[in-house]
Amino acid sequence: MTWGFIFLLAGISYGFKFLGAVVIGQRALPPVLERCLLLIPAALLAGLIAKDTFTVGQTIGIDARAAGLAVAALATWKKLPFAVIIVLGVGTTALIRLFA
Amino acid sequence: MFRAPDARRFISASLVIGVAFIIFGMSFGVLAVTANASIAQATVMSLLVFTGASQMSAVSVFASGGTAASALGGAVLLSGRNAVYGLAMSPVLRQSSLPARLLGAQWVIDETTALVTAEDTEDARRTAFWVSAPILYASWCGGTFIGAVIGSNINPNDFGLDAAFPVMFIAMLAPHLRTTAGKRAALFGAVAAVGLAPFMPIGLPILISAFGVLFGVAPAAPAPPNRSDGAP
Repeated sequence: MTWGFIFLLAGISYGFKFLGAVVIGQRALPPVLERCLLLIPAALLAGLIAKDTFTVGQTIGIDARAAGLAVAALATWKKLPFAVIIVLGVGTTALIRLFA
Repeated sequence: MFRAPDARRFISASLVIGVAFIIFGMSFGVLAVTANASIAQATVMSLLVFTGASQMSAVSVFASGGTAASALGGAVLLSGRNAVYGLAMSPVLRQSSLPARLLGAQWVIDETTALVTAEDTEDARRTAFWVSAPILYASWCGGTFIGAVIGSNINPNDFGLDAAFPVMFIAMLAPHLRTTAGKRAALFGAVAAVGLAPFMPIGLPILISAFGVLFGVAPAAPAPPNRSDGAP
């Protein structure tokens, strides 16, 4: 890996962030776009959750992470504190791996 | 600007996420030096790129003998979603000075966006961002440095930590599911991210998930009291 590669990737990555957060995002947008922007976290977080739980690379599957997620979802619904949700979810996954 | 009770809440949330960041940062550092990067290169990469998934993918392509072009392609796909996050985060940065906005932009990632957008008021959002972002940045970069120096192998999966991100995101997703449009966008995002995974390069399905925002095109209908639209 060369320094050139690192700086190129850094430039492109920052470019994306800068484009969204500073260039486009700082303008006043029409209401329809504002409504869509509010849905970004719903669409992308759900996507990340599903991807990080049910895929490895390009393979779909179910493993111990799904149990951790289920426990965390229950803990979220019960309105438990954030740290507790994470410990329960991660702990469930780790325990299943340990004994499976 | 930072109200104390809010600030304390975000500090504790960020420290919890920070633990996961340190451990994943370490495993990135280890992987980077295995792929023949120097300690300085690994650390500078975390400081300047600061997009975990993107960095991991680049380094693992190098580790398996891939070309710089394929490493860059995959990494760029994975960092593309930060542009979308930037749009969602821009109201938080709008009040800030130009240097603060330029610095803040670097800190727009999955976790900061999730933490910030889960808040209801503008004040809380700003506090969430400026409290959590530096903690997470320091955790990721510090973890990378430690991992690159130690160089021994640690596998975060042994501790169930590969579940840490979906688990924290589910807690942060909850407030976004209050509206019908939010539920639909989330369902679309989840189905697209998993369903398209076998057919596309890694990083692309999640960008397609972003099209779930189109459920916002129609204005939200005012909800009458006993409305039943089939949604659970």
